[in-house]
Amino acid sequence: MKLLREKLDKIKPHFQKGGRFEKLHSTFDAFETFLFVPDRVTDRGAHIRDAIDMKRTMIIVVVAMIPTLLFGMWNVGYQHNIAFGIDAGFWETFWYGFLEVLPIIIVSYVSGLAVEFAFAQIRGHEVNEGFLVTGMLIPLIVPVDVPLWMVSVATIFAVIIGKEAFGGTGMNILNPALTARAFLFFAYPIYMSGDDVWISGIMNGEGMVDGFSGATPLAHAAQGNIESVPSAMEMFIGTIPGSIGETSTIAILLGAALLWFTGIGSVRIMASVFAGGLVMGLILNAFAANPFMEIPAWEHLIMGGFAFGAVYMATDPVTASQTNRGKYIYGFLIGLLAILIRVLNPAFPEGMMLAILFMNVFAPLIDYNVMQANIRRRIKRASEGSDN
Amino acid sequence: MSKVIKLKKGLDIPLKGKAERILIKPDMPELFAVKPSDFHGIRPKMLVHPDDPVKAGTPLFFDKYNPDVYFTSPVSGKIVEVNRGARRKILEVIIKKGDTMIYEEFGKADPLSLSSEEIVSRLLKSGLWPLLKQRPFGLIPKPEQRPRSVFISGFDTAPLAPDYDFVMKDSGDEFQAGINVLRQLTEGKVHLNVCGDYPLSSVYENATGVQLNYFSGPHPAGNPGVQIHHLDPIHKKGKVWHIAPQDVLILGRLFLNGVVDFSRTVALTGSEVLKPRYYKTVMGASVNTILKDNVKKAGLRYISGNVLSGKKIPSDGFIGFFDSQVTVIPEGNYHRFMGWADPGLDRFSASRAFFSWLMPSRKYVHDTNYNGGPRAYVMTGEYEKVLPMDIIAQQLIKAIIVEDIDKMENLGIYEVIEEDLALCEYVCTSKTEVQSILRSGIEMMIKETS
Repeated sequence: MKLLREKLDKIKPHFQKGGRFEKLHSTFDAFETFLFVPDRVTDRGAHIRDAIDMKRTMIIVVVAMIPTLLFGMWNVGYQHNIAFGIDAGFWETFWYGFLEVLPIIIVSYVSGLAVEFAFAQIRGHEVNEGFLVTGMLIPLIVPVDVPLWMVSVATIFAVIIGKEAFGGTGMNILNPALTARAFLFFAYPIYMSGDDVWISGIMNGEGMVDGFSGATPLAHAAQGNIESVPSAMEMFIGTIPGSIGETSTIAILLGAALLWFTGIGSVRIMASVFAGGLVMGLILNAFAANPFMEIPAWEHLIMGGFAFGAVYMATDPVTASQTNRGKYIYGFLIGLLAILIRVLNPAFPEGMMLAILFMNVFAPLIDYNVMQANIRRRIKRASEGSDN
Repeated sequence: MSKVIKLKKGLDIPLKGKAERILIKPDMPELFAVKPSDFHGIRPKMLVHPDDPVKAGTPLFFDKYNPDVYFTSPVSGKIVEVNRGARRKILEVIIKKGDTMIYEEFGKADPLSLSSEEIVSRLLKSGLWPLLKQRPFGLIPKPEQRPRSVFISGFDTAPLAPDYDFVMKDSGDEFQAGINVLRQLTEGKVHLNVCGDYPLSSVYENATGVQLNYFSGPHPAGNPGVQIHHLDPIHKKGKVWHIAPQDVLILGRLFLNGVVDFSRTVALTGSEVLKPRYYKTVMGASVNTILKDNVKKAGLRYISGNVLSGKKIPSDGFIGFFDSQVTVIPEGNYHRFMGWADPGLDRFSASRAFFSWLMPSRKYVHDTNYNGGPRAYVMTGEYEKVLPMDIIAQQLIKAIIVEDIDKMENLGIYEVIEEDLALCEYVCTSKTEVQSILRSGIEMMIKETS
């Protein structure tokens, strides 16, 4: 450690103002602060500061995604085995999925971080840690057979248009990972929907088990094949086709528990998204005009990307409502809209992505109204209080 | 009618080094100082020069903007020097104490038999007027203005803060005299707010002419700003004053004894103090004598006040005008390897992102490291968890950053000063300088409204 520190101190002047590699200051800073917490001390204001920083926060979110990632890798192998009638052990199955998913993760991180570093350099900022999370989210919300170049293009698009165009981390309006997903969805619809993209290797259809359908539970439900929808237990555990990280509700709940416990993910948002989804499910049940509308309201919460979106996407603090009351409204409307789109709009098989992006745009409006209410309340209190 | 207010939001940072309830009377130090930087919004004009003899209570300087407001010497002796900084700004007026204490005479009197004007003129001349703080903005009140109520927070919830039940023991007469002074200054109430978590001390119990209110909850429940917010909220109009309990004693002594006696009991606290205890000393005293042979190794941060809103002083610095606490903690100027992966058993955090949550009763040695780099705002809702006021603090800070006066006003800048948002600064993941941003906002507001 000491040796490493001495080395860093030795080369540091080259990257500072007037140094040979002054232009690479942000890059050096990113690596240095990755290795060592800076020795900067407080000089004004509070003399002590909480141990938490952005790096720790982001790492915890990444850790919270690990259950879904590991399950997703195994499930990729498992679904592949079913489709091709392969009989494989646990580790073999996992290994297959690992090899399928790892390239997507690498491509997402490399292309995203390249853009991040470049922008930090141009702006003279520090490299922000936010992409550590985005870079992991993107692989988790794409189908496993997505071509790698598409992942790369979508990631670059999301970071530049979704984030840097607005001023970088903390300033963006749309969730960058969902921006990437939406880009893929609208630019390459054939690769992003239908029944053939969710299971590794069935695009060309060779060697598949006869009569096998790779459709997701939502696709079955939308077509009215309610009897083909897997059992609630299967959907809860996650042994179903779908985007890599979204299928297992158990794994997602593990992540949610960590985010809630550490106080990093907003439990207000998570709970109200589920509440909103449940309410819309019940409303649809009440009308029950087609088989999809008859699906029990609670089952909607474990289908598709609903749980994943509620826990990892809607809670993105930058793009969500920032006020406590606003968070309830924001989350509730996401849940409501997601199920509404999912069930009643035939153009989109899943509504979570669009619901979150839509509410991202409305979050500032919600906050504005919450603030106005606060202002009115406080003015009223102040005038009541002045009895002399 | 007394009120009971229970607050849930806030945070008690568990630090090592609370002062033991033992009162020590150390030798008086040689040097004392009055620091104009302890007051906001004044422009000092000197009345004395080096080598001038002074008594306790002799004016040292006055405020150019409010020429009636004098600042006086806490001890008798002679002026040693006037330290000036950039653009000849006066930093410190240093006084060397003489062998015996000689006081300026202001005459004994019963405050209840004096008119409000007579009391104000005594306070101004004796230099005790600046002990009063005005909300909004935490300024010295204008002599011609009167508050709609006066607040005394009888307890302090800041980290390692002195225990006022101990500090105020046996000073009932002085306290009552001080309260009588305050009663003459307002048509409204004098609120004495005490901690609702433990039994009332006899000094507070016997105080008359006040409204006793009970507050309970974590820091900042003891801050006057929080208490004003819950009992007599202010907006654009209306002024409220507040004063610390020991300063009420100083007011009382002026009328009981006819002299300016800035004696104060100061808690010496912090993990790096060998024997944290209470010391009987005088406002502006050098910390030399109380720190001598009583702190650990080098590399220390000396703070006049508490760790959240106190001021950094050198190891031979002076206790601030308003402070009843001196804190010594380690500096944090070192690199920590891979802090983001550290299990963090010995690092306190308001979040549960470190495994220190496993030991809820542990006390910490907390150094001055930033624990990370400053970033744009990402996390939300952090400030609201530690601010027991109906104020959306993060939006207020954003309004100040973009210099939106209307918004600042509407979001509650009138109700807070730095100490009220100090915990927000502590917990901020983005390491935002909340207190200095807030002060810059307040300065904008003062310019705008004057």
